[in-house]
Amino acid sequence: MILFERVTKRYPNGREALRAASFSIDRGEMVFLTGRSGAGKSTVLKLIAMLERPTRGTVVVNGQNLGALKSRHLPAYRRTLGVVFQEHRLLDDRPVFDNVALPLVVAGAQPSELDKRVRAALDQVGLLGKERMLPNELSVGEQQRVGIARAVVGKPSVLIADEPTGNLDPALALEVMKLFKRFQDVGVTVIIATHDLHVVHEFGQRRIVLEDGQIQGSGEAPLPSMTATR
Amino acid sequence: MLGYLTHHARSLVGSLGRLARAPLATALTVLVIGLALALPLALGLFVANAMSATGGFTGAVDVSVYFKPDVAMSRVQQLAQAVRARAGVAAVEVISAEQALQEFRQYSGFGTALQGLGSNPLPNALHLRPAPDATSPADLDALRHYLSAWPEVDLVQVDSEWVLRFNAILALLRRVLGIAAILLGAGVLAVVGNTIRLEIQGRRTEIEVVRLVGGSTGFVRRPFLYTGMLYGLGGALLAWAMVGTAVMVLRAPVASLARLYGSGYSLQGVGLEAIGLVLGAGLGLGWLGAWLAAARHLRGIEPRA
Repeated sequence: MILFERVTKRYPNGREALRAASFSIDRGEMVFLTGRSGAGKSTVLKLIAMLERPTRGTVVVNGQNLGALKSRHLPAYRRTLGVVFQEHRLLDDRPVFDNVALPLVVAGAQPSELDKRVRAALDQVGLLGKERMLPNELSVGEQQRVGIARAVVGKPSVLIADEPTGNLDPALALEVMKLFKRFQDVGVTVIIATHDLHVVHEFGQRRIVLEDGQIQGSGEAPLPSMTATR
Repeated sequence: MLGYLTHHARSLVGSLGRLARAPLATALTVLVIGLALALPLALGLFVANAMSATGGFTGAVDVSVYFKPDVAMSRVQQLAQAVRARAGVAAVEVISAEQALQEFRQYSGFGTALQGLGSNPLPNALHLRPAPDATSPADLDALRHYLSAWPEVDLVQVDSEWVLRFNAILALLRRVLGIAAILLGAGVLAVVGNTIRLEIQGRRTEIEVVRLVGGSTGFVRRPFLYTGMLYGLGGALLAWAMVGTAVMVLRAPVASLARLYGSGYSLQGVGLEAIGLVLGAGLGLGWLGAWLAAARHLRGIEPRA
């Protein structure tokens, strides 16, 4: 379970990206964070990934109060997450296999297990057979799927994605979202920040709408404020 | 455990690969480190060779004991026995006044003039050679005091000043060697540290991703430590090769020179101890330089969303 309790995040430049935002996400739930640019969607993901710490309020992930998390425990916490970026963040000089294997290498997985799990992750995203290719030899959609494989290979309990379909055409975007849905189906909590309301409507999952750092609404039905997020 | 060891192996192989992919930059860095390590190694070898070549000098310390003119030869023999029994004395030769005059007549070139002397002006004497391990200034001073305390003795002459000067020069060289080693070691640290700093900057994206997927600081630092150690090891091997080559080139001319002086001296090469020392220093300095650079520059790299 993920819990935000009156969370405020003020950046050093004085901008308040979140203002007393409170919401909760159940274990195994798939949630879309929507809102205009600068509404605070990415800040929510940064706080969950501990890339930022809240200025005020409490963030709890799987029972762990992130405000009390010590720096030395941060790597172990991050291994429970899977993170997907719009720009993929792949290592261009490493083949697909090595990119996907990175979280397992970091976690000290044994070579035999590593090989098995990387192939399974690549199979899940439909890229088995391309493990020796370099990222720049793949299409944008394939690169995004490599990023997803890397995010899920460590069997995270929470998968967060920041604009994962931002660079994809609608058909590819739907394919990528179907992948996320499959991970939710096996019990992974999935949180996706997106502008793509077409995708949001298509999947009918719960939405948390942010505006100027505040929660404007939450629910599965189309929300009045969502038209403003287009 | 296997995963941990595998990661070490991967880090080592990865570091080797990165160095191999930039051969010119790697060669230049290794060359600088090699030169920095070769200088103290060469200086150390020079000091060791100087000590070896002059090893017999310490045995050449002579102590001459001149007796008063009225001391009988039998008493001189007794005292010679007493000195022989003393620890730290390797040899004692009794030189009678007649024997001394005879030698002086033979070697001085004043033979004819000496025949005009009414009596022998030379005293009976002892010629002592201290044991090699008893030639320190303190040992020689103690021996001088012991001999001077005899009432029969007129003068004790210790011919050790040049040895002391020589030993002082060697001590100075050893001190210079120590200072050079410290300064050049600091230079190696700076070279490795700066190289690793540049590598960290060049791999910033990778570091961010590794941190994002849960890589600990130790995990992120490990490849850089291996890179630093490889630089240090490469530099140490190069230093060994350079000094070893210099020794090979100089060995024949030095031997020829020694033969001209009637010596069978041969230039010493880099010994196992020195090899171990320079390789250890290279590895250690490479590791330390990389660790310092990583500690300083990895701190500021956190993943960006």
